[in-house]
Amino acid sequence: MAINWFKYASPATFYPLAGRMIPWFAWLAIILTLFGLYWGFFETPSILTDQKQYYRIIFVHVPAAWMSMWLYVVLAGWAIIGLVFNTRLSYMMAAAVAPTGAMFTFLSLWTGAFWGKTSWGTWWDWDPRMTSELILLFLYVGYMALHSAIDDTRRADRASALLAVVGVVLVPVIFWSINCPDPNQCAALHQQSSFKGVESNILLAMLVLSIAFWMYSFAVAFMRVRNIILERERNTQWVRELPEVCE
Amino acid sequence: MSFAEFISMGGYGLYVWSSFGMTALLMIGEVVILRRQRRTIIQRLCRMSRIEKRPGATP
Repeated sequence: MAINWFKYASPATFYPLAGRMIPWFAWLAIILTLFGLYWGFFETPSILTDQKQYYRIIFVHVPAAWMSMWLYVVLAGWAIIGLVFNTRLSYMMAAAVAPTGAMFTFLSLWTGAFWGKTSWGTWWDWDPRMTSELILLFLYVGYMALHSAIDDTRRADRASALLAVVGVVLVPVIFWSINCPDPNQCAALHQQSSFKGVESNILLAMLVLSIAFWMYSFAVAFMRVRNIILERERNTQWVRELPEVCE
Repeated sequence: MSFAEFISMGGYGLYVWSSFGMTALLMIGEVVILRRQRRTIIQRLCRMSRIEKRPGATP
């Protein structure tokens, strides 16, 4: 069966589709969050005894950090599709993802500060991963600032998309910034880690909350893209005829 | 585990709850802001369509 993907590239057809998907992603996010929090707080006390309880910070720190990088890849992906095919909806999706990505970047820095204070004795350090994550926050803010600084929407879309695409080089830098062969030789606080060393209950809570944050991102991006569509298409007939817009 | 023990998180309560609290605040806040934004946009669209339907209005 051939699906005509370009049919959904029209804001008029995507608007109701996004609306139908929001509750599914929202409920998935809520259920997975509750499960992940339950597991992280009530199925781990035997492992996370008194002096290790601060370890629970990673249940929000790691998912937020993963989402901050992943949403930037999504943002750059929509920017590339927009630049290649010149589809308005791609630019709208890029703009819809950015604030959520910036929020998760801030959260990974915020929760990281509390983690750092407890486990390394410092709120902040110019560790390679923390520094590159801070630059990621500036990139998100720069993308949004550039977009809102240009009055002509289509020019704003293209200019900020270009910035987003160039900035994507930072994501692998963040990802591999822990590759310090000898901890004594470099001042990196984030060290190489693997799933194998993590206790299974901790890993479960962390992974479930990561999927929950991902589902949340879908729901919120669809909510925001619907707002963007309504604003940009306000002069079109189909928006005027929507049931939610009063007679 | 008592409630007080749960809140204190082995002495790390401030750190753990500051992390979870800020995360909850921002994630719930984002949804609240988006819903309010949608209401505002729809209200404005309604006003616009009422003005245009007024007799004698120039489209």
